[in-house]
Amino acid sequence: MDATTNFWATPGGWTLLAVGQIAAVMIWILLSLAFLLLADRKIWAGVQMRKGPNMVGPFGLLQSFADFLKFVLKEIVIPDGADKVVFILAPLISFVLAFGAWAVVPLAPGWVVSDINVGVLYLLAISSLGVYGIIMGGWASNSKYPFLGSLRSAAQMVSYEVSIGFVIITVILLAGTMNLQTIVAQQGGGFWNWYVFGGGLSNLPMALIMIPMAVVFFISALAETNRPPFDLPEAESELVAGYQVEYSSTPYLLFMIGEYANIVLMCAIITILFFGGWQAPFPTPFLESWPATAQSFFGFMWFFAKTVFFFFLIAMVKAIVPRYRYDQLMRLGWKIFLPTSLVAVVLVAAWRVFGPAQGAM
Amino acid sequence: MALQAIAFYLLAIVTIGSGLAVVSVRNPVHSVLFLILTFFSAAGLFLLLGAEFLAMLLVVVYVGAVAVLFLFVVMMLDVDFGALKQGFARYMPLGGLVAGILAAEMIVVATAVATSGAASGPREPMAALDGLSNTETIGRVLYTDYVYFFQAAGLVLLVAMIGAIVLTLRHKPGVRRQVIADQVARNAQTGMRSVQIKPGEGMGE
Repeated sequence: MDATTNFWATPGGWTLLAVGQIAAVMIWILLSLAFLLLADRKIWAGVQMRKGPNMVGPFGLLQSFADFLKFVLKEIVIPDGADKVVFILAPLISFVLAFGAWAVVPLAPGWVVSDINVGVLYLLAISSLGVYGIIMGGWASNSKYPFLGSLRSAAQMVSYEVSIGFVIITVILLAGTMNLQTIVAQQGGGFWNWYVFGGGLSNLPMALIMIPMAVVFFISALAETNRPPFDLPEAESELVAGYQVEYSSTPYLLFMIGEYANIVLMCAIITILFFGGWQAPFPTPFLESWPATAQSFFGFMWFFAKTVFFFFLIAMVKAIVPRYRYDQLMRLGWKIFLPTSLVAVVLVAAWRVFGPAQGAM
Repeated sequence: MALQAIAFYLLAIVTIGSGLAVVSVRNPVHSVLFLILTFFSAAGLFLLLGAEFLAMLLVVVYVGAVAVLFLFVVMMLDVDFGALKQGFARYMPLGGLVAGILAAEMIVVATAVATSGAASGPREPMAALDGLSNTETIGRVLYTDYVYFFQAAGLVLLVAMIGAIVLTLRHKPGVRRQVIADQVARNAQTGMRSVQIKPGEGMGE
C-alpha cells in the first residue's frame, strides 16, 4: 500500500493519474454525448410526431456512431480562399475549450479532475473563450454567410455572458466561495438547501430572487450555446448554416461535438449552481455507512439525472419555441436580463449583509 | 520546482514570442489572435505566481471581452496595406521620436527598479493570509484600505461608459421602433379599425 501511494505522489505517477482522470471524463462525456445527440433528435422528432432516427441499431441507438464514422471517413474540404491555419484551428479551439471546462466540474463527491479555488471563474473564463472558435471559423472561411454568422454569434455571446456573469455572482454571494465542490457540498441535506431556493430555510425569501435567476441563467445558457430559439448564427433560413457553412467532415464534427459538449456543460452548471449538483433532493443519513465509492456513485447518479433533465428541457425548447429576431435577442439580453440580474445581485448582497444569516460564511 | 521552472520558461517564451508576432505579422487579424495568445500565456504566468484570481480575471476581461471587440473591429475593417505603407516615410521621424522617448523612459524606469526597486533581489510572492483564498485576500484589501480608490476607479469607468454612449447614440427621425408594450396591450378593439372605402379612392395613408 505504501509503495503505491508513493508512486502516485511522484511526478510520473501524478501525471499518469491526471491523464487517466482526464481520459475517463472525456470518454464518459463523449459516450454520453453520442446518446444525448440522439435523444435531442428523438425528442425533436417526438414533438413533431415523427419517428426520428430509427434505422441504425435498436431504436436507432447507434445512429450517432454511424454519423461519427461518416464524418471521419469523408474528405476534408478546405476552401481555396480560406486562411488555412485559422480555418483548421477554429474547430480545434471550440472542441478543446468545450472539454477543458469539464476539468473543474464536480461529477460526484471527490470526483473532479481539478478542485481549484476559483472554479466558477474558470468556467466563466473558458466559456467566454468559446466565442473564438466560432468567430475564427467564420472569418477564416472567407465567405459571406459564415462571416455574418460569426459576427452575429460574437455579439450574441458577449451580450449574454454579462447576464450569466451576474447570475453566477448571486450564487457566489450566497455560497461565499468560488470552489464548485464546496458550493455543491453546501447544498446537501435536502432540496430546500439548493441555491434555487436561496440555500437553507433561513434564506428562503431569497427563493423569490433565485428562482427567476435560475430561469435567466437557463435562457442565457441557450443564447450562449447558440441553441434555438437563439440560433441566429446558424439560422438556416437566412445564413444557410452560419459560421459552419464551409466546414465538412472532421472539422465540422469537432464544431458539432464542441457545441453539444458546451450545451451539456451549461446543463451541468445549472445543476451545480442552482440544483445541488450531486446532492440528493432529500436528506441522506443512510449514506454514511456506505463505502466511499458507493457514495460517489450515488452522487454521480443524481448529478447525471439532473443534467440530463436540463438537457431534456433544452431539447424541448428547441422543438417548441420559434426563433427570435436579432433585435429582440439583443433587447432581451441588454434591456431585460442585465438590469434584472444587476438588481438581483444588489438584493442578494443586501440580504447577505442585513439578513438573518449575515456573516455566516 | 523543476516543473514550475519549465512551465515558466515555456509560458514566458510564448508570451514574448507572440508579443513580437503581434507587431510583426502582416495580417491584422492574425495580429489580434497573437495578442490573445499573449494575454492567455500571461494569465498562465499569473497562475504560476499563485495569483489564480488575477489569472482568471485576465482571461475573462481581456481575452473574453476586450480582445473579442478588437477582433470584431479588425475583421470589419477593410485594411489596405498599400495605403498604410504610403505615409510611412513621412510619419517615420515623428513616430520614431515618440517611440524613442518611450523606450528611453522605460529603460530608465526598468534600470531603477532593477537596481534599487522591487526587482533588486529575489523575492517570494507574499503568502496568502491564513485560511483565506487569494480572492478573499484581494477583496479584503480592495474594500478596506483602497475602498475610495476602488470606488473612484468605478466612477471613472462609469463616466467613460456614459461618454461612449453619448458620443455614439443617435436618434434618427422617422424610424419606427418596435414597442413591445403596445403590442402586448393590443386587443380586438384597439387592434382593428373598420373603415368605409369609396371605390376608386383608397385609404390615402
